[in-house]
Amino acid sequence: MTKKENNEPGKAMIDRRLFLKSTALGLAGTALPLKKARASIWNSFFQEHFSEMDDGEIKKVLERLEQENQKKYGRNIDIRADKPIEGVKFAYALDLSRCVGCRKCVYACVSENNQSRNPQIHWISVLKFKKDDKWIDLENADRYYDPNLVPEDDSFYMPVQCQQCEDPPCVKVCPTQATWKEKDGIIVVDYNWCIGCRYCMAACPYGARHFNWSKPGIPKDEINPNTHYLGNRPRYKGVVEKCTFCVQRTRVGKYPACVEVCPVGARKFGDLLDPDSEIRYIIENKRVFRLKEDLNTIPKFYYFFAT
Amino acid sequence: MKKNIIIVLLSIFTGFVFATDTIGETKEFFVPPPAYPERVFPCTRCHDNVPIKVQERILTMNHADIVFDHAEEQRWCLDCHDAKNRNKLKMINGNKIDFDGSYNLCGQCHGTIFRDWKQGVHGKRIGMWNGKKLNRLCINCHNPHQPAFKPLEPQDRPLKPLEANLTPKKKAGINDQERK
Ligand code: HEC
Ligand code: HEC
Ligand code: HEC
Ligand code: HEC
Repeated sequence: MTKKENNEPGKAMIDRRLFLKSTALGLAGTALPLKKARASIWNSFFQEHFSEMDDGEIKKVLERLEQENQKKYGRNIDIRADKPIEGVKFAYALDLSRCVGCRKCVYACVSENNQSRNPQIHWISVLKFKKDDKWIDLENADRYYDPNLVPEDDSFYMPVQCQQCEDPPCVKVCPTQATWKEKDGIIVVDYNWCIGCRYCMAACPYGARHFNWSKPGIPKDEINPNTHYLGNRPRYKGVVEKCTFCVQRTRVGKYPACVEVCPVGARKFGDLLDPDSEIRYIIENKRVFRLKEDLNTIPKFYYFFAT
Repeated sequence: MKKNIIIVLLSIFTGFVFATDTIGETKEFFVPPPAYPERVFPCTRCHDNVPIKVQERILTMNHADIVFDHAEEQRWCLDCHDAKNRNKLKMINGNKIDFDGSYNLCGQCHGTIFRDWKQGVHGKRIGMWNGKKLNRLCINCHNPHQPAFKPLEPQDRPLKPLEANLTPKKKAGINDQERK
């Protein structure tokens, strides 16, 4: 099964599982990629869990991945691993009375976060509701609306992306701990640990996780080279990905790309623990709600109507 | 919209104006410079020579491009523009303010929105979530003479599942724009 050189860490992960299984059967030797194994494969095969690596080990992993990407994409892609900022918990708010459904956020997210163009992956879906609809029905909302101009009469729009739950069901079901909640509250995926079982996708009530059914297709010159290990670095076939509130930007003080691009200023972002943040002002002064509150996932993504 | 975005971008290179809140507390807002077209400023270039006419009328000699649709029944240009010094805006109490403080002018009548704007809730701030922020001016999004927000062209809708399957494999790597 491992005759061919294997560059996809997702597969290496499967190999690792097989390896562990076969070791138990005393067959370790046969399951290992013995022949043409390069050092890099061995390294990704035995890469420790992200949370258990020290800074030196992380640095080595990043260097290895940067070299791999250099080969794959023929250009330099910087991968950082900025840690959560101490004492900060990120939260998001979206003003439904302003959103006009223009989808600028969708595509700003695609290019900032290196989402596959073909096949198409969008971390943000904008749902359209008729004003008198039973609009909380997310599953049956219209996401393919296509008029000449927005907003349309009698409609309102609700962008949905990862809700960064405090109690994330996706994390609980992951069999390999490839996804977890960071100290600043965002849920991340280690693409080198994800084995692509997609349990997390089934568990997510918001449809916020996306699977790479084939190799992500991004034109080389459109790759954003400023990446984070747990965020927008290039992904592999067979792994799950999702919004991280732009971890590569927010951990250095910037706003997420979707906040910056929104032409109507409907998107708000900040530190939930800072009493002077705009997020806290919104929670304290506006009527806010969260999606599917009854599920007790406790999203850190608030929707509100400013007027 | 496009014009405004360009102006905001430009201002990143030309440095910002610090404008102060003249009603209420004296908090400073970091705002881009005003967005009027350069050809009309300074207004006094002409207006020092144009006789002041206060009556409402259709303007034909100049500013014919301005469509006035902002509570126009109760109001006329000179409620907001100072008649004697056209480089200034005029507050209801008669105070003159600079164009870069135009949010104070709007705030007189749109109090609730103004309060939200100061908190970064109405309108938009860019910059650092934990540091210096730049407030977008009211007039970057609303034309003061025709303030209703202009409808926008939406970007491409996502592909439906079937359409996605129909995409030929060998085209992988080509972006959506090129595929059309
Ligand atoms: C190129 C010369 C010129 C410039 C520059 C100019 N104006 Fe005018 N403006 C005029 C003329 C001429 C009229 C009279 C138009 C008419 O009666 O049809 C006028 C009329 C007006 C009026 C209508 C009230 C009145 O006094 O008749 C306002 C308000 C006004 N201008 C504001 C401004 C402001 C504000 C600026 C700068 C941002 C400006 N103008 C720049 C030539 C100019
Ligand atoms: C509600 C207050 C208000 C009223 C009423 C108003 N203006 Fe203005 N006007 C402004 C503000 C604020 C600006 C500055 C916009 C900016 O900073 O870009 C402005 C800008 C201008 C400019 C320069 C930009 C441009 O569009 O050419 C002219 C000329 C002007 N006004 C003329 C007029 C005339 C003529 C009228 C009456 C028909 C009028 N204004 C009515 C608030 C007002
Ligand atoms: C003197 C009071 C007054 C001032 C000053 C004023 N407005 Fe208004 N504004 C009104 C009134 C009254 C209405 C509602 C009537 C209408 O829509 O024409 C209104 C409506 C609006 C609307 C809603 C328009 C729509 O059709 O949805 C916007 C946006 C707006 N103003 C923005 C501004 C901005 C920006 C400024 C500052 C340049 C400003 N206003 C200054 C009185 C004012
Ligand atoms: C980032 C863009 C942006 C900025 C900056 C902005 N607005 Fe708005 N404003 C909007 C949008 C979008 C709407 C909703 C328009 C709609 O629903 O069609 C709106 C609506 C309004 C309305 C209509 C009433 C309502 O609640 O819908 C008023 C009045 C208004 N704005 C005033 C202001 C004033 C005053 C300022 C500055 C203090 C300002 N706006 C700054 C985007 C902006």
